[in-house]
Amino acid sequence: MPHHTVFEAKIEHLQILDETGNLDKKLAKDTLNDDQVVYLYEQMRICRALDDIAFKLQRSGRMGTYPQNKGQEANAVGSALAMVKGNDWIVPSYRENAALFMHGMPMHMVIQYWMGDERGSQFPDGVNITPLSVPIGTHMLHATGIAWAMKQRKVKDAAVITYFGDGATSEGDFHNAMNFASVMQVPTIFYCQNNSWAISLPREQQMNSATVAQKAIAYDMPTIRVDGNDIFAVYKATQDARKRAIEGGGPSFIEGVTYRLADHTTADDASRYRDPKEVEAWAERDPLIRTRMYMESVGVWDDKKQEELETRAETIVKEVINTAISVPEPDKADFFNYMFAEIPEDLKKQRDTMRTTSIGRNPSQIGLKAPAQAVAQNA
Amino acid sequence: MAVQTLVGAITSTLDQALAADKDIIMLGEDIGLNGGVFRATDGLQAKHGKDRVVDTPLDESGIMGTAIGLAIAGMKSIPEIQFEGFLGPAYDQLVNHAARMRTRTRGAVTVPMTVRVPVGGGIHAPELHSDSPESIYAHSPGVKVLMPCTPYDAKGLLNSAIKDPDPVIFFEPKRVYRTFKEEVPDEYYEIPIGKAKVVSEGEDLTVVTWGATMFQALEAIDSLPEDVSVELIDLRSIYPFDMDTIAESVSKTGRCVIAHEAPLTCGMGAEIAARVMEECFLNLEAPVQRVAGFDTIMPYYKLENEYLPEAPRILQGITECLAY
Repeated sequence: MPHHTVFEAKIEHLQILDETGNLDKKLAKDTLNDDQVVYLYEQMRICRALDDIAFKLQRSGRMGTYPQNKGQEANAVGSALAMVKGNDWIVPSYRENAALFMHGMPMHMVIQYWMGDERGSQFPDGVNITPLSVPIGTHMLHATGIAWAMKQRKVKDAAVITYFGDGATSEGDFHNAMNFASVMQVPTIFYCQNNSWAISLPREQQMNSATVAQKAIAYDMPTIRVDGNDIFAVYKATQDARKRAIEGGGPSFIEGVTYRLADHTTADDASRYRDPKEVEAWAERDPLIRTRMYMESVGVWDDKKQEELETRAETIVKEVINTAISVPEPDKADFFNYMFAEIPEDLKKQRDTMRTTSIGRNPSQIGLKAPAQAVAQNA
Repeated sequence: MAVQTLVGAITSTLDQALAADKDIIMLGEDIGLNGGVFRATDGLQAKHGKDRVVDTPLDESGIMGTAIGLAIAGMKSIPEIQFEGFLGPAYDQLVNHAARMRTRTRGAVTVPMTVRVPVGGGIHAPELHSDSPESIYAHSPGVKVLMPCTPYDAKGLLNSAIKDPDPVIFFEPKRVYRTFKEEVPDEYYEIPIGKAKVVSEGEDLTVVTWGATMFQALEAIDSLPEDVSVELIDLRSIYPFDMDTIAESVSKTGRCVIAHEAPLTCGMGAEIAARVMEECFLNLEAPVQRVAGFDTIMPYYKLENEYLPEAPRILQGITECLAY
């Protein structure tokens, strides 16, 4: 057979809870129970409330640039529930707030971070999360490395999930991370939040591939496209991927098809490049709407509960903001103190004097009496 | 005690480190079965296992990025980048991630990693195999940069680098991998990062250098008249660097020549010259002289000796500085 097919592939799409709140009961088997659905709905709603208040804070000049999660929350909560807090690692991008909260990141820290304070990434011990990754597409390699360490140390029941957007899959490091994970067969779950837009560039101009999921085929990685606004599908795909990972089956890829309902960040104006009709159509597919419809249809939710949740969400996020803004200001020289475990002497001099001019051996040449005095005065 | 070359000392130090600490993992291109293109890891995979001396895909960013992940998870990773010219693809991971992680998380996430990289020219290598980029990394806050040039120093500094809880770039001057031998103790020892070595003491002039250029400086000094007494300092640690030893020496001699392979402009020589000016101004008898590589692309090997600061150029620098 001189000319024959040596490889064929297909991409499957999974939706369990549709836009109108109808659940495919057969597919939903062994996924989420109703208590879990309510829990995830609450997490999404609280995350949305935090988005709203963060937006207002930015607009009132009390916070810097902030990227809203609005519309994409199902990806974060559905996948985070399938991961095991304490055992697993999360290597995030910056649009998965709810996943981070569910895995132990105190909520005020994300606000503290976007208020310009690195201490917002000083996670407590036992919270296995790397800091939010502002450069695009570079952090997935760390997820592969962390998973590699798990494999090397034969850690049982542990895996890594890393999140990134459709734009990140154009970066070289995305492919590097996928190839390493595949070659080394490490327990990494690559979760692409395909929200259709990388700032102003639509997915169709980002790639010529019909799906993002198919990129994993090149790395012989199990891959699936799911409705990213469907918590059932997201949970199921992540649960399957995690099971495979901890059983030695190597990495997996999940493409969650979703939509960024807000601007890229508070510094962006999406009306410059997006058709409002497209945004309206996606607003109807909001994961909060369909999840609530489902919960009401099975009788675990009603208007009263909704009202209570909204009040609770308001209270929680107000407390979160209060906590974030009442964190004491950092020491002015704080940015020196974590350059290395032990600060080199020259750097200590810069820190202690807050000057870059070397005092030198003959301080009179720069008008100082003696280096020891100068240091003492500034200490 | 065994007589070893620079590369031999590196191999045996890595061997001892792998045996002593199960959390050490080495990763790189051709470092396993092949023992590395310079044989720096020869025999280590056979002895310590394929999972600890790992042949990776041909991907420097992947090597650096996964080494960061391994370190974040508590391993001590030792990635090798085959030649300094291939640090380019790994630069982003090293400088924007490894170097910043401790500060970004205020100490919650750290990257204990030693990046081994053969460096410099003089071996008639292909293009992009002969550069000297140490000042780029010295100018990148958050990484330590070492460049020992003798077997004894290589062992002591490599041990310190591996023990260090932060990212360290360990540059290995490939031109002198096998040209100089000396006795290296069998037992474990460390040389502190940030300490220079006074190779020979002198009264008339100070030469500060590092890497393969150290041997060129020795040759230049040997050809000086006997009544000229030169203090030779091997910097060894590029960042942090030992300004105290340099300043003490220049305060004594009043004259300073800095020699390095990297291009002149913004090379470490510029930083050292500025610091000598700040710290030894009233002791200087002559302007600081720099003998460096040119601000050119490192030439392919037909002309590489024209580029390199070889002994005659260093001798000229010393002579002019003494005559000022």
